[in-house]
Amino acid sequence: MANDTILLDHGSGGKVSHALTRDLLLPVFGNPILNRLDDGAVLDIDAGRLAFSTDTYVVDPIFFPGGNIGDLAINGTVNDLAMCGAEPLYLSVGLILEEGLALGDLKKIVAAMGAAATKADVKIVTGDTKVVPKGAADKIFINTSGVGRIPEGIDVGCDQARSRDVVIISGTLADHGATVLTQREGLTFDAQVASDSAALNHMVRQILNICPQVSVLRDPTRGGVGTALNEIAGQSGVGIKLFEDKIPVKPEVSGICELLGLDPLYVANEGKLLALVPAAQAENVLAAITANEYGRDAAIIGEVTADTPGKVFMQTRIGGSRIVDMLTGEQLPRIC
Amino acid sequence: MTLKHLEEYRDPEIARTLIDSIQNRSRKNIRLMEVCGTHTVSIFRHGIRDVLPDTISLLSGPGCPVCVTAQGEIDAFIALSRVEGMIITTFGDLIRVPGTKSSLQEERATGRDIRMVYSAMDALEVAQANPDRQVVFLGVGFETTAPTIAGTLTMAKTMGLQNFSVISAHKLAPPALDALMQIEGVELDGFIMPGHVSVIIGLKAYGGLFATYRVPCAVAGFEPTDILKAVAMLVEQIESEKPAVENAYPRAVTQEGNVKAQKIMETVFKVEDANWRGLGVIPLSGLGLSDAFAEFDAMRRFQPVVPEAPEPKGCGCGEILTGRKTPPECALYKKVCTPVNPIGPCMVSSEGTCAAYYRFHS
Repeated sequence: MANDTILLDHGSGGKVSHALTRDLLLPVFGNPILNRLDDGAVLDIDAGRLAFSTDTYVVDPIFFPGGNIGDLAINGTVNDLAMCGAEPLYLSVGLILEEGLALGDLKKIVAAMGAAATKADVKIVTGDTKVVPKGAADKIFINTSGVGRIPEGIDVGCDQARSRDVVIISGTLADHGATVLTQREGLTFDAQVASDSAALNHMVRQILNICPQVSVLRDPTRGGVGTALNEIAGQSGVGIKLFEDKIPVKPEVSGICELLGLDPLYVANEGKLLALVPAAQAENVLAAITANEYGRDAAIIGEVTADTPGKVFMQTRIGGSRIVDMLTGEQLPRIC
Repeated sequence: MTLKHLEEYRDPEIARTLIDSIQNRSRKNIRLMEVCGTHTVSIFRHGIRDVLPDTISLLSGPGCPVCVTAQGEIDAFIALSRVEGMIITTFGDLIRVPGTKSSLQEERATGRDIRMVYSAMDALEVAQANPDRQVVFLGVGFETTAPTIAGTLTMAKTMGLQNFSVISAHKLAPPALDALMQIEGVELDGFIMPGHVSVIIGLKAYGGLFATYRVPCAVAGFEPTDILKAVAMLVEQIESEKPAVENAYPRAVTQEGNVKAQKIMETVFKVEDANWRGLGVIPLSGLGLSDAFAEFDAMRRFQPVVPEAPEPKGCGCGEILTGRKTPPECALYKKVCTPVNPIGPCMVSSEGTCAAYYRFHS
């Protein structure tokens, strides 16, 4: 490939398209199923229950401290499957490239996707690439879909939370959202923060090994922990009480949120999970999470209650109580 | 980026001591008003109402700059965004505020170039990066943000920047409090004064208000113990019948304020009448651009046509901003007026009284 940018030709389906697949994508993603380059992937899967999920990634900027849009797209769908209690197996990758995207950037993104897939132990088995004219997309959009197998006896879901369950978060809040904000145009922060983008399927396996009775697993991505817990409270018909002094937030992230007037409870995470587990199992599950490389800062942050169904409350550090409502739209930085 | 010492101002034991002293001292039923949107949110966020005795009611005043920006001014912002080739730069929380027929958010969706910035200096950089286009910064805020905009304009003037201008819709806090005290039916026993504003204008700025009304005042910071300290001071003033202007935020606020910031504001701005959403025109309560900086006045440069803007019908924001009603007492609250579809100014910004009630009040 002599040119160093993506051209409309790369999406033509002709020789240039094939060269892109052969020279750039297959060396990274290749495996016997994908290498056939058939119209679809043919998969051998044991009978049982499957989880199937899809997500599309349009993050701006495409590169940020702690990751890029590529590993985010792999980890995101892996995590969505894992939160169903599934072991993620196979992914599809759809790339929408804007004409003029630097090939070097695409290579970096694809390399990050390959590394993330290897680390999560999932295979990319089918894919598609389209190129759209300049201005019709913003550099690169990625869709990933995936399937995973749910082991026998596992039944997790946002409607499964029960009174007296304990709420565990696998680490500090708001790292991803705060990091991406610091990289946006018009905001130049010199802060040591990084996205928490990570695949959590190995952590989930460790949790389920210790405690198959887990009620809810949830990755608090867009809308953050506050929104995720509201959805769980609503779907399960229970109340949730949080303890402000137990919620882990890195001091740097807390500082950024203070400056911008954002509440870390509503800022996105990309490598954290919420686990709602029976109280008797809480310490064991916490130990399993803490033993994982992505769970070192895990903490018990709340409990499920029978009263105030559908609502999330927080006991504040000074002993007051306040409601933690669902976010209505994007959090906007305040004036002063 | 770590905010040092933040934790100590959230210390539960220090908070407990303050709460105990307030509970032991408070006998009279009193109504205290906080006049800063950040206080409103902080009071909810930390559950401060919950820990105060029933004798104390906290009311939220006209302290959210976005909320008090007149509908006509929002309409002017929108009209400017429609000027061919224009780049509008704005603080984030103005984006969703509804004008008469549209909002900046809706205009952005139709392709207008509206960019969120975090300081006026960022807007200046946008202007430098786009020399072929006109860039307008929407100057909304109190004395807190005005000096940074004054500094930016001073720099733009030195640089001779031709494609940068500002709408100055800045408001001044003390004249609004004065106007508030004159409204019939407003019953207040004390003010929790805004921390950031006071950093700039100093305690001395409340001298006139205090001399006229002898109303207890305490300047507060934004952490829970800051606010509790101010409440404790006000309770003491009221119970001992010794009103004063006190400072519960001495680590940031002085008697004189930030003199350098005051000087640059005096150079760049001139004090003029201003229209407050929900309150109407208050004499000498706003900042327009001074004659020396008139060339940077976007209203003068582009002269957008803005029709008369009536206040929305049935909206109780005027009474809410003056403490005569709480949000649940407004007929529109939660029924037709919600954060997704805000009718009145108090619902539009996350720091507005109604939005804060909606978010935090069970």
